Amino acid sequence: MAKITFVKHDGDKIVLDGEPGLSVMNVAVDNLVPGIDADCGGECNCATCHVYVDESWMPKVGMPHDAEEAIMSLNPDRQPNSRLSCQIKITEDLDGLVVKLPEFQF
Amino acid sequence: MSRIVIIGAGQAGGQAAASLRQLGCKDDIYMFGDEPHLPYQRPLLSKQYLSGEHEEGRVFLRARRFYEDQHITLRIGECIERIDVEARAVVTDKGETLEYSDLILATGSRPRRLKIEGSDLDGIHYLRTLDDVALIKKLMQPKKKLAIVGGGYIGLEVASVAKTLGLDVTVIEMEDRILKRVTTPEMSAFYDQLHTGRGVRVLKQTGVSGFAGEDGRVTKVLCGDTEVDADLVIVGIGIIPNVEIAEAAGIQCENGIVTDDHCRTSAPHVYAAGDCSNHPNPLLGRRLRLESVPNAMDQAKVIAANIMGQDKVYAAVPWFWSDQYELKLQMVGFSADGDTQVVRGDQAVNAFAIFYLKGDKLVAVDAVNSARDFMAGRQMYGKKFDARRLADPAVDVKDAVIEG
Ligand SMILES: Cc1cc2nc3c(=O)[nH]c(=O)nc-3n(C[C@H](O)[C@H](O)[C@H](O)COP(=O)(O)OP(=O)(O)OC[C@H]3O[C@@H](n4cnc5c(N)ncnc54)[C@H](O)[C@@H]3O)c2cc1C
Ligand code: FES
Repeated sequence: MAKITFVKHDGDKIVLDGEPGLSVMNVAVDNLVPGIDADCGGECNCATCHVYVDESWMPKVGMPHDAEEAIMSLNPDRQPNSRLSCQIKITEDLDGLVVKLPEFQF
Repeated sequence: MSRIVIIGAGQAGGQAAASLRQLGCKDDIYMFGDEPHLPYQRPLLSKQYLSGEHEEGRVFLRARRFYEDQHITLRIGECIERIDVEARAVVTDKGETLEYSDLILATGSRPRRLKIEGSDLDGIHYLRTLDDVALIKKLMQPKKKLAIVGGGYIGLEVASVAKTLGLDVTVIEMEDRILKRVTTPEMSAFYDQLHTGRGVRVLKQTGVSGFAGEDGRVTKVLCGDTEVDADLVIVGIGIIPNVEIAEAAGIQCENGIVTDDHCRTSAPHVYAAGDCSNHPNPLLGRRLRLESVPNAMDQAKVIAANIMGQDKVYAAVPWFWSDQYELKLQMVGFSADGDTQVVRGDQAVNAFAIFYLKGDKLVAVDAVNSARDFMAGRQMYGKKFDARRLADPAVDVKDAVIEG
């Protein structure tokens, strides 16, 4: 299991256990984390699962892939640490991961 | 006591239950689904699940524990047989009567079936449910001859998976081009070439007149003078909305369950969402019945909000996607609404988008491996564009907008 902390835009924290193999988006929707709609079910089509990865975790989480980058690129709130949570696969390595939920998704 | 009943545990039903809880709903929520599964994602059935890229677990929208945690009573494998809008109650196939304070119809749709000579032979399949695909997956073995009746998105997605798995694939289309119902001749031609180039046989203007078989199993698709050998047939010729229980209850139906812009049906406290709903779209100025996940999800969210006392109108630009081979097609709006086409990108390298303008207003985008252009379509729908600048690859899509 990997502990994942979702930080709401108002600062509230939700700490959840993520099963390796699932995506960060899966953990969010299985636990009704607000602001992650995931309309397309994780196929990089909807961009409604946007998160800001805590800067210190970016090296481990990595940069978005091309299709992910393309679908986020017109979003004015896109940050250098933006990722689509459906594209972040949970591994034991990500135990402790912190992601912020962007205000524009509320 | 208040009880919300949801009929149909699919994309719309599952989302409605989740959204209700998200909005703080404390009522009992009962969700009935006649399929023996948790709510799941249908798009994967003809794509990543069929190809084996994703396993069955990935198909479900949410884990079983979610429904327990959220106190959503899942009545899976149970069918609602009757609605009594006067008594505000539903009756299950086991004869149980359950009253509702609000009712959500999320009954989806079912495949249109062929009723022609030989259409009940073994080996002829329809692809709608997880159980359909579980069976089809086993039969899709390399070298087998697969005939696909209908060149729509589902048929072509199956063709791409099957071809990649090494089957011998023929697509049989009645019209003069594939995807005729959903896109322009340009996109049809592109996808026709794509499939033909990968070795799929695409027969157009070919109507299926019947099937021939041996020992009760299909061996041939009969198309007038032409015959297509087949070990396996998959038929994808459209769907029929599941409206029968609504209709029998006196709820207004016409090409779907008729709703207003709040997703309310003609009966008080009864809403409809997803494939079964015929709803007005204020952005397009006409009624629509859509077969798409975003439509099902968004309507479910609107209904949840309205049940929770908000005053929400459903007004969204339709969008859709289709994965074939390594190409991701993403679409916004209806290309038929346009009178001018502007191509960005390069068809030769399978990365391009067609922007459809009506006058200078953007009304649709079909984007192949061009997610940025797809998002541009979603965000800038209805905006005015300078067609010349839009066609110029050196100009960013944002800078092709005519301000004011
Ligand atoms: C193979 C395939 C691929 C697709 N690909 C895409 C895609 O790429 N992108 C996209 O946007 N859309 C796609 N779609 C369409 C999309 O899946 C549908 O639009 C969506 O599932 C509609 O959701 P829904 O909730 O209205 O219906 P469904 O998901 O069909 O759910 C309805 C459920 O209600 C049940 N039900 C009906 N009547 C009763 C009753 N009386 N009692 C109990 N249960 C009942 C049904 O059995 C069903 O399980 C695809 C569809 C298929 C079949
Ligand atoms: S869930 Fe749709 S892009 Fe992540």
